[in-house]
This record gives sequence, C-alpha cells and structure tokens, in this order.
Amino acid sequence: MNYLTLIMAIPLLGAALIATLPQSKSLLAKQFALGTTLVAAIATIFMTTKFERSNTALQFVESYDWIKAFGIKYAVGVDGIALVLILMTALLTPIVVLAGWNESEGGRWSTKTFYILILVLQTMSFGVFAATDVFLFYVFFEAMLVPVYFLIGGYGSGERTAAAVKFLLYSLFGGLLMLASIIALYVLSGEQGGHTFDIGALSQLEMSSTTQNLLFLGFFIAFAIKAPLFPFHTWLPDAAKSATPGTSVLLLGVLDKVGTFGMIRYCLALFPDATKTFTPVIITLAVISILYGAFLAIGAKDIKRLIAYTSISHFGFITLGIFAMTTQAQSGATLYMFNHGFSTAALFLVAGWMISRRGSSTIADFGGLQRVTPVMAWSFFIAGMSSLALPGLSSFVSEFLVLVGTFTRYPVAAVLATFGIVLAALYILIPVQRALHGPTEPGNENLNDLNLREKIAIAPIIAVIVLLGFYPAPALNIINPAAAQVVSQMGFTDPAPTHGGK
Amino acid sequence: MLVNNGLVYLIALPLFGSALLLLAGRRADKWGHLFATAMSAMSFVLGAVQFYEMLGRDAENRAVTQKLFTWISVGSFNVDAGLLLDQLSICFVLLITGVGTLIHIYSIAYMDHDKDRRRFFAYLNLFIAAMLLLVMGDSYLNLYVGWEGVGLASYLLIGFWNQKPAYATASKKAFIANRVGDMGLSFAIMIAFATMGTVSFKGVKEAAEGSSQGALTAIGLMLLLAATGKSAQFPLQAWLGDAMAGPTPVSALIHAATMVTAGVYLITRSNFIFDAAPTAQLLVVIVGAITLLFGAIIGTAKDDIKKALAASTMSQIGYMVLATGLGPVGYAFAIMHLLTHGFFKAGMFLGAGSVMHGTGDEVNMRKFGGIRHFMPITFATFGLGYLAILGVPPFAGFYSKDKIIETAFYSGGIKGILIGSIALFGAALTAFYMTRVMILTFAGTPRYDINNPPHESSFLMLLPMGILAIGSVASGFLLARGEALVHWLEPLFHAHEGHGPEILPPVVISLMALGVVIIGASFAWFKYGRGPIADTAPTNVSIFTRIARRDLLQDDFNESVFMRPGQALTRLLVKTDDVVVDGAVRGVASATLGSGAALRTSQTGFVRSYAALIVIGAIALIAAIWAVTL
Repeated sequence: MNYLTLIMAIPLLGAALIATLPQSKSLLAKQFALGTTLVAAIATIFMTTKFERSNTALQFVESYDWIKAFGIKYAVGVDGIALVLILMTALLTPIVVLAGWNESEGGRWSTKTFYILILVLQTMSFGVFAATDVFLFYVFFEAMLVPVYFLIGGYGSGERTAAAVKFLLYSLFGGLLMLASIIALYVLSGEQGGHTFDIGALSQLEMSSTTQNLLFLGFFIAFAIKAPLFPFHTWLPDAAKSATPGTSVLLLGVLDKVGTFGMIRYCLALFPDATKTFTPVIITLAVISILYGAFLAIGAKDIKRLIAYTSISHFGFITLGIFAMTTQAQSGATLYMFNHGFSTAALFLVAGWMISRRGSSTIADFGGLQRVTPVMAWSFFIAGMSSLALPGLSSFVSEFLVLVGTFTRYPVAAVLATFGIVLAALYILIPVQRALHGPTEPGNENLNDLNLREKIAIAPIIAVIVLLGFYPAPALNIINPAAAQVVSQMGFTDPAPTHGGK
Repeated sequence: MLVNNGLVYLIALPLFGSALLLLAGRRADKWGHLFATAMSAMSFVLGAVQFYEMLGRDAENRAVTQKLFTWISVGSFNVDAGLLLDQLSICFVLLITGVGTLIHIYSIAYMDHDKDRRRFFAYLNLFIAAMLLLVMGDSYLNLYVGWEGVGLASYLLIGFWNQKPAYATASKKAFIANRVGDMGLSFAIMIAFATMGTVSFKGVKEAAEGSSQGALTAIGLMLLLAATGKSAQFPLQAWLGDAMAGPTPVSALIHAATMVTAGVYLITRSNFIFDAAPTAQLLVVIVGAITLLFGAIIGTAKDDIKKALAASTMSQIGYMVLATGLGPVGYAFAIMHLLTHGFFKAGMFLGAGSVMHGTGDEVNMRKFGGIRHFMPITFATFGLGYLAILGVPPFAGFYSKDKIIETAFYSGGIKGILIGSIALFGAALTAFYMTRVMILTFAGTPRYDINNPPHESSFLMLLPMGILAIGSVASGFLLARGEALVHWLEPLFHAHEGHGPEILPPVVISLMALGVVIIGASFAWFKYGRGPIADTAPTNVSIFTRIARRDLLQDDFNESVFMRPGQALTRLLVKTDDVVVDGAVRGVASATLGSGAALRTSQTGFVRSYAALIVIGAIALIAAIWAVTL
C-alpha cells in the first residue's frame, strides 16, 4: 500500500475540490478543508499503526523515475523520526483549520484560496519529511515557501507584506546555498559511479574534508535559517507577529521542524565527518539560542513575538539534542520536535483567540482574564506550563532527555542550557501575570470565553500534552530505534557511567 | 521488597478529585469542597492501613513498592513510574494526608464566603496528590515530578487571590525561586546518571559506594540547592514571607507543615550521598545554621502575624536541615522535629487564620490585643502550639528540638560547640518572637473597636485546631518514647554509628535550653507585656530593627544583584537583536537588492526580489561547483 503517496494526495484532492467551488460558498470551503484534513489525519494514524517499530530500515518505501535524464526520482520512505513529524503535521492541521475558522476573513484574497494554500502546504509538509531523493526534498523545501508567503502576505495582519518578504528572502537565501550543495553532490556522484540524488547512495560518496565542510555548511545554514538558530532567527518574530495564528502554528510547529529534521537526515547522514568538525560551533550556537531566545522572550512586549522567541529557545534545545550524539539526546530531540508542535500550537491558538477578542496583541493591554474568561485563561496557562516544561507534561520528557543526554557528553553545554529552565519560568509567568492575573483592566471586562468550536479545537492538544507527559512510550517506541540508528551510524556510543573517575 | 499494587490509589484519589473539580467548573460549586475533603480523607485512611500493615512486618520487609509502567526509556536511561513506601515515606504520607484532611475540613468554613471555594479545593487536592508523589516516588525523576507539582500547587494557591497585583507577584516570585532550586535537582539527576548510570534511589544508593568524592559532593551540593529552594533556606529563602499572600489554610498546610519540609525529605532520602560526601554535609549544616538564625531574627521584627509565623517556619526548618547535616544520628531527629513542627506550626497558623476570621481579615498584630477574652478556644490551641515550639517540657517541641541542640553539641570539636551555641541562641530568639506574638495578639488591652469585638470561629474550624493542639502536646512524647521514631527509621540510616563525645551531659543541655527559653520569653515580656502597645510600628528604631523589618535586606539583595542586572541584560539583548543582528541582515538585504537593481527594470512587485536572489544564487551555485570540482 502506498501510504505516503496516499496521504500526500488527500490534501491535494481536497484543494482541487475546493477550487471547483464558487467564490461565495466560503462556509462550504471551510467544511471541505476540515473534512479533508480529518481524512488525512485518520489515514496517517492508520499508517502509523502499520509501521513496524523495531524495523530501523525506511518503511512505506516508494520509488519511481521522475526525470530520468538526471536520475531524479520520486522516492519516499520514512523512519521513526520522519513518521512522528508526519503524524504531528497530520494531527495539527485539522486543529488549525477548526481553531482559525474565521482567520481568512481579513485576507486580501478569498476564503477558498486560503484553504487551498493550507492544503497544498500540508501536502508539501508531508513530502518534505517523506522524501528520500535529495532533489525531491529540495523541491518540496522550496515550494513550501510559496503557500506560506501568500498565507502571511495575504491573510496576516500589521506589516504582513514586509514580514512575508523577509521570510521569503531569508528562506531563499538558505535554499540557494543548499541547492549549490545538492548540485555539487550530484556532480560528485557522477564522478563516483553514476549520477544520482538518492540519499542512501550520496551518503557513501568519498569527499575531501574541505569539500565536505563546504557542502555541509550549504545544508546547515539553510536548516539553521529554517529552524531557526541564532543568529539566523530574526525573520521569525516578524513572520509570527504578522501571520494569522493558524499560519503561525504551521510555520513554527511544522515548517521550522524541517530545519531540525534536515539536520538529522541530511547534515548528519551525508557529512558525518564535517558534522564532527562543526559540532563544537553548533553546540555553542544552540546554547546561545536557548538563552538568547529566552531573554528576548522575557523582554517581548507583543505576545506573538514572545511565543516566537520561546520557540527560538526551544529550537536551541532540539539542535543541542541532535548534535550531542547520545541516544537520550537524539530521541529527546525528535520527541521535542513533536511536543513543541503541540505546545506551540496551544500557545499560538489561544493567544490568537485572546488577540482577536481584545483587538490587540500587546501584553500590557490584557489583564485579569482569569476571572473574565476562565476557560481561555486556563488553556493559555496549561500551554504555558507545557512551554516551560513542567514535569507531568509532554515537553518535560523531551527537554529532560535532551539535557541528560547532552550532559553525559557535553556537561558544560548541558549546564548552561539548564539555566534556560529558570528563564522559561520567567517568560511564561510574566505574560501569565500580566494578562491573566491582576485586576481586570479596562477593555477586558466584556470578552467572551471560548466557544464550543474553540474548546473542541484546544481539547485534543491539551490531551496530547498531558497524556504524553505521563506516558511518552507510544511516541518514544517509534522514535527510539531510529534515533539510536542515527547515533550509531555516526560512530558514537553512549558514554558509560564514569563513577566519577573511579 | 514486597510489591503492593494499592499504593497508587493514595495519589490517584486526590488527583482525580482535583481534575474533576476543575473540569466540572461551576457545576461542582455545591459539593466540590466535600468531595475534595472526602478524597483527602480516603487517602489518609489508605495511608493508615498501609502503616498498620507495615507495623505487622519485620524491619527489613517494611518497605513496599509498586511499578506502574515504564515511564521514560531511552538507551540505558530507564525510569519507571514506580512508587516506594518505606518507613521514611510513611511518616510523610500520614502527615500530609492527616494534616491535609484537617485543613480541608477547616477550609470548608474558612473559605465559605469565597465564590471560588471549589477552585481552592481543587488546588488543595492537587497539592496533596503532588506531595504524595514527591515522597512516594522511587527515583529522583519521579520525585522531581512531585517536586515541581507541589511548586505548581503552591503557585496557584499563593496566587489564589491574584486579582491583587501584589499577590500575583508573590506567587510568581515563589515559582521562580523554586525553579532556581529545581535546577539543582536537574543537575543532581544529570550527574547521577552520567556517573552512576541510574537515577533510582535504590540504584544510586548501591552505586554511591563505588563513586568518587567529586561526584558525590557535586550531587550533594546540587541536592542541597534544590532543598534550599523548596524549603526556603538561605540563600533562596526570600519567597516564603511573600507566600503568606495565600489563604491561611494554605500557609498552614503547604508553607508550614508539608511542602516546605520537602528539602528535609530530599536530604534525608539521599542520606547515602551526604554520608559519603562530608563537604556537602558540612554545607548542609552551615545552611541550616544560617537560616535558623536568619528566620528567627526576621521573626522578631514582624508585625504581620502570618509573616512572623512564616519567619518562624523558615527558622524551624533551619533546625531540621541542620540536623540532617549532622549525619546518621541527625536524620531521625530532623524527621521528628518535622513531624512535631507539622502539628504545632499548622495549629498556630490555623489559629492565626481563626483570629483573622474573627477580626475581619486583620493580620497586623498591633491591631490585636486581649483577643483571649473573645476567642478562648483559639487562644488555648494557639497557646499549646506556643508551648510546643518553645520546647517547654513535656510539649512536643521539647523532645524534638532538644535532641537537635544536643546532637549539634555532640557533633564534635569546635564545630560542635559553635553550631550547638547557634541552635541554643536560636531557641532563645524563638522564645522571644513567639512570646511577642502571644502578647501582642492575645494579651494586653484591645487595640480595636471594642463595640465590634472579634468572634470565636465555628466548630468546623475549631475541630482541626483542637486536634492539632493535641498533637502539639503529645506527638513529641509519643515519637520519643523508647526512641520509637529513631528505631523505626534505623534500617534506613545505619544510625547505630552514634555521635561524637558528650561534652556535656544531656540533662545539662536540656536545662540550658530551658534557661535560654525563659530568658527569651522574659525579655519579650519586659518589652511588650508591661505597657501599652502602639498600634502603629514605632519609627524611631535602630538600624538593626529596620534591617530586620526589611527581612535582612533579602529582597534588596536579590533585586540589586539578580533582578535589575537581569532586566538590564534583557533590554540590552532586545536592543542588540534589533539593531545588530537584524540590522546586519537588513544591511545585507538592501545591498543585495541594490546590486540587483539593474536586472529588474522590466519587472514589478516582489518577483523582483526573487529574481535578484536567483541571480545571487546562481553565482553561489557556480562558485560551489567550481570549488568542488577544482
């Protein structure tokens, strides 16, 4: 069964159906979009049940010639890491559609177009995680920019055009560096036994260390921009502030994961020696991201920018986990990607509801919401607790795995990163106090609490956050074999207990 | 070790109560408080049954475990969701659920007028569940979940009336100070895993014997950091006074009897680390000694009855921490003082709550006076707690505190004399500030409108106060009789090692302790008991009094050393990010677009920038290929 092609086809099919609708039927377009994303989610869950967890080889593999002259194939397949990210995408998209039911209304274009863009983006997100042909990956990687560009520029708020362009320029810059590296790989493969873009074949190439370092950087910078990692992050707060909340969820929750996913799948697999060369620099950047993002979040006055900065801090943790090269950190990093999708979704969606009700995204304009809109306030609070990795919630498991796994190899980095948990308490509790506690500030007295649709949208996110906090095994069982394989392929084994040197 | 599959219900019941009350919302307003109280009470009954069964087994078979499921398992990092109930944790289980249930009952009446009473009870149940997990987890990571869980419950309860900005700030301050401590726990767990390959109590205990001094000391110091945060010990003590913003039953349960003693539990539970790491152990003693004086000094200067009691709590926990630092002989006395303190301090806090209830939520003792005439039962129960904390024989504190002072003196050499004297001096200060509280509140003439006198509280409030008063009287005797608690806990600590030389006979130390208590109490009487009390605090006081009133400048220190530099750093980074990091990007972008200007004369819109970048990209691409094929 060609599961991966199937789940990629479902949203495209939905988009095509929506395209045939008359312009005036905007409610029908929404319902179609919700239905399509739900079908895609169910199909993905079904696919997940068919995944053999103990098998570390790529699964659901498909491969067809695409452009034969260049050896380009439509080749897909997933390991546990790619699978959980596809699952996350499939679960988040219907929630985003439902949560942002009226998001398309302030847009430059029609509601129809909005949902076509969302669905196309979903297909491409699946594709980018599933591709096993480097060229196919690149196509999805770049093509994703188009729907996001229009979603921000066409449906966002504030200086949406500027933010969209900034996002596009950053991404294109990175993408082009990556393209250069890809073409170089292609040329090299031609010299060593036949042109190909197959990732398995490319990972066997012989390269001088200079070549490997340069090509590594081409990929890494592209991914560091996408993730984003300090100092390539400045597009994110602008984009997140201007995008609609739903778009922000897809942007930070899904798209940015392509960066950290790409580091594992491409940087590590293709350039193991260069990875080792650059690891000290990358670990440094990751730790800086954790602390720097946290400080900027503390200083943020706009709630959407604040959430964007918290994500920069969180992506620092993920990157740290990827490059620490222990099974705990590697599994933790992937689990972190999954959990961050949900906790950021919760933060952005609830913040979006607060902002649309209040008509402002400035934190200082809120106050005392706990007594006006208790359900909304609680939802924000739980999302915040998840963001600060409270034990018992899902993000604690992943954050602690990253920290403990990093500590065994890079204790100093782990210690510095752990200071992030104190900063996290600050960047969450400051907006909580400002917006939810204190006396009810003027302008907040008559806000409505969440309606049924919004409650239905937030409930599954909170359920995932709580359940995976108590019982992370379902996710870890999928991730662990793949993560362990990544570490062992890089030639690392977990450091043994030292007994303090005795 | 025996397996008992019923342990989880102790935690599950209050957790269920909390979730139900929160999810049901206003629908549960009518019965939520009763339901939560029932959950807590059932948990107590289950705990009592466990205790009874434990009594029936031999010493080596008393501990029981339950593995619920594999919680986190990656590579060699394996942590079960597992519970452990042994001689140490059962002491806490009974204290938490026993005092907890009494405080639930008290709160039914105390919070009667609050329209959010259901939410209050939901938080109380959440606290009980988290605190039980803290003491029943079988590994440091499970403990961590409970550890931050009680922090969350404490945050929610301190900020229960967070519509008042100061209260909201107080709750945030508590959470953040606790998180600094929690970081220590994180470090300890990481070091344990890196050096020993395990984080369970059992595993770490076994591995500790083969571990280096360096690793053990590091783990010990990090655990101590964790303990200072949760137990409000120096230097992370500053949040406790502000935590009195929470409703008084919360102060009694969380910020006196149970949660703040979690640090003592952590150190006691980790006895195998500290016994093998003398440097860390010495620091435990130092922290305890500093805090017991620090709290006592603050206690002498507070006019707010709750803040005076909070300072006293800090000081009393200082005694417990000091005792845990004295090695195998100290642990049992620390736990004994923890239990007796749980009774008398919770009782006094409830008494303070009763006085507040009777006076329209007044906390300033300068507005009290002569309350014993109007609230005789409150006076009686508070008075018994007072005698207990002073250590007057035969009340509870006499047995537990005397033992700590004695053990301090016997810990050997100059150190023994020094810390023994500090503990003795602390006892004098305790007698002074507690007598001051008694006089200002219950004695003297009324300093309020006599036509609208305070009224005695209702039965539901007096009942828990009465039961705790009985504990204040009898618990010390019961625990110390035949060294009952020492023998009970012995299998965990190897307490048979004994202590250093008895530089003075125990009876002399007891008499000295009694002597300083009499001196301290008399001094308070001379100062406050003879003349009228000003109903506003005198301002022409010495610099020392002023510093003590400002909590020995703890907030001034934190603000000038951490908060303001932190804020400045934040502002600097925000500015840097905009001007330098993003500025560099903007510079590159505009330069790029400028260079592409010649190429985009025929085009409009953003496609232009796309085109410009494609050109740049093409150049980069050619360069890369050239570099590779060269």
